[in-house]
Amino acid sequence: MPSYVNPEKCDGCKALEKTACQYICPNDLMVLDKEQMKAYNQEPDMCWECYSCVKICPQGAIDMRGYVDFVPLGAQCVPMRGTDAIMWTIKFRNGKILRFKFPIRTTPWGSIQPFEGFPEPNLDNLKNNLLAGEPQILDMDSLPEVKKKA
Amino acid sequence: MAVEVYKNIETYKPEDVEDVTIETDVLIVGGGFSGCGAAYEAAYWAKAAGLKVTLVEKAAIERSGAIAQGLSAINTYLGLSGRAQQVGDKPNTIEDYVRYVTLDMMGIAREDLVADYARHVDGTVHLFEKWGLPIWKDENGKYVREGRWQVMIHGESYKPIIAEATKMALGEENIIERVMVTHLLLDKNDPQRVAGAVGFSVREPKFYIFKAKAVILATGGATLLFKPRSTGEGMGRIWYAVFNTGSGYAMAIEAGAHTCQMEHRFIPARFKDGYGPVGAWFLLFKSVATNAYDEVYIEKKETIAQYKPYADAVPTPTPLRNHQMLVELMEGKGPILMRTEWAIKKLSEEGKDLKKLIEEAWEDFLDMTVSQALLWAALNIEPEKVPSEIMTAEPYMMGSHSGCAGLWVCGPEDLMPEEYKKLFPLCYNRMTTIKGLFAVGDCSGANPHKFSSGSFTEGRIAGKEAVRYIVEQNPNPEVDDAKVQELKKKIFQPMVTYEQFKGASTREDINPNYLFPKQALWRLQKIMDEYAAGASMWYKTNEKMLKIALERLQMLKEDMEKLAARNLHELMRCWEMWHRVIVAEAHVQHMLFRQETRWPGYYYRTDYPNLDDENWKCFVVGRRNPETGEWELQKVPYIQIVDWQL
Repeated sequence: MPSYVNPEKCDGCKALEKTACQYICPNDLMVLDKEQMKAYNQEPDMCWECYSCVKICPQGAIDMRGYVDFVPLGAQCVPMRGTDAIMWTIKFRNGKILRFKFPIRTTPWGSIQPFEGFPEPNLDNLKNNLLAGEPQILDMDSLPEVKKKA
Repeated sequence: MAVEVYKNIETYKPEDVEDVTIETDVLIVGGGFSGCGAAYEAAYWAKAAGLKVTLVEKAAIERSGAIAQGLSAINTYLGLSGRAQQVGDKPNTIEDYVRYVTLDMMGIAREDLVADYARHVDGTVHLFEKWGLPIWKDENGKYVREGRWQVMIHGESYKPIIAEATKMALGEENIIERVMVTHLLLDKNDPQRVAGAVGFSVREPKFYIFKAKAVILATGGATLLFKPRSTGEGMGRIWYAVFNTGSGYAMAIEAGAHTCQMEHRFIPARFKDGYGPVGAWFLLFKSVATNAYDEVYIEKKETIAQYKPYADAVPTPTPLRNHQMLVELMEGKGPILMRTEWAIKKLSEEGKDLKKLIEEAWEDFLDMTVSQALLWAALNIEPEKVPSEIMTAEPYMMGSHSGCAGLWVCGPEDLMPEEYKKLFPLCYNRMTTIKGLFAVGDCSGANPHKFSSGSFTEGRIAGKEAVRYIVEQNPNPEVDDAKVQELKKKIFQPMVTYEQFKGASTREDINPNYLFPKQALWRLQKIMDEYAAGASMWYKTNEKMLKIALERLQMLKEDMEKLAARNLHELMRCWEMWHRVIVAEAHVQHMLFRQETRWPGYYYRTDYPNLDDENWKCFVVGRRNPETGEWELQKVPYIQIVDWQL
């Protein structure tokens, strides 16, 4: 089904400002049942299994049960997403386990200065073809030329 | 499948919904890669011009759009300054890139638009690296090439990084999340000029009225128009982002903007069912695909000989590679297999570290399509031991991948030829035929292969141009308040319909007075699949079938006046469905007009089975007349602008 929530682990993000899975789901699927204080996926056949909810859940309460149409039961992909790397544990149906760790970011979160080193924008430059930071960000002295057909 | 049984039933009458008016200068609709690029660039120039920029997104930009899940490669990086490995015997050029893209489209692309994003795209990728995206490097510090134009990344957090840069550039106060935009607003005094947009919050009863001088459509392509291969729970596991519902195309069409190449679709051939990427296998690992009998079917050149000269292009155009695969399947020689075990064995014999290869193979899926890794694990597939099936998917409408459907947009002044200019009332780069309305990413037509980096780049191009348009033209569009209130009533009508008729049946979902959006989706998918060249018909159609599709779509549109919604989430689904149907209609109208088979492997007009360069080496540009609903279509000649040879 796509994502499902373990009721023993989910605490409805009661200590947080917003319900994490409900905040992040790109398809507006995760909902908090306010009576039970548990989240659930309200439309499983519209789940892309993008794992955004799994990765963000502070309680590790969300997992995927692969689409029954074509995924035999018993496998699992469990992410642990840190600040600079993500660790995956892959469990096969036959019990085999694989573990991987991949980098996700080379700079600290929140450190981006989007226009760092760029000159102040000048309206006179609106007419030319250079975008913000160009040509420097291209490692070039000017915008590369396009050779037109004669 | 059944219709959802919602625990949270919460409907609103339009008169009880609060109006929220946002006055801005540049409005960006959609916060995926192209929308974030537009916001980033517009924010820079707007500062000098004293303008306000607002981005509205139906989800949360940290994980929205096609790259929500991540990516394992950046598919568009020319490497003109030498930061990347060189593939082949000479460095990449813009001219070679344009050649590659045009030939992948079987000879038709807007070369002015392609060359334009290509000359900027490297700078975008350099920014991404500076912001913290891990790009693979070799021992000499060069970006590792996946293929000639692609570089490998550790891209699990690709979207959150780009979203952070966008928030820093624009200011979080200018980003409105969980609001779905449904309609564009036009100037009360000039129906060919945009004045803003309306939509609603999917979380609280609020109706949003955006008054803007320029609007940039960045809403992605369109999925689920066709019956997908998995129709149960797996309906959501389509290859392209399931939340991309063609909203930008549909809103522009309803406003009377011109469309272009909407007959085109993309049919990805991917790992079967999970739709995991094949790029790393074919390009990085140099894998081959075979039929069930170990034959490397792409070597059978006779299957595509009739599509010369494009059949001779290197690499073979994507639709023709699909065609070769379909020939095998129809001859009963399936399944088609990616020979992962052969590729790993060969690389390992060449001295590559086996453990590292296996790790790279799994990362390729885990970075961007976790479901495929889950499927491998569930089927006990170890790629170094056994091959995996690949299969062609259902059709998708998009303009950023190997698909070029979209809106007819203006090109840059230095590259756009006269022949393309006549439909534009004003010429600003990436502006549609509606003044002040821009389209980027999947929404911008005939300039494909942008992928993530090119879409962000195209957004940047439009972001700057939107500011220039406002500075130079000083537009002052007026919003028609009566029209806005009319739209509000229409937008919330499905909730009124549900409340009015819910008692007419003992079952909520079977009621002669209304349809839920999921039910309309089933109907749409069946019509498109069976009459408009869907997967179950082997992507074949003809004039008679397409005409039936149009009749059935018309009835579906009429029935959709009776859509019902039980909560704001379902109201969003209603409007997504409306957008899908408008896009489906555009697709059929365009397919009906182009009397040839230009992209075998994507679709076949069985009544015009040949590729016809003499009559159809041209763009199809369309417009739905907003007054009459009638479509008008025309040919615009393809012009080779850039210096390249076949």
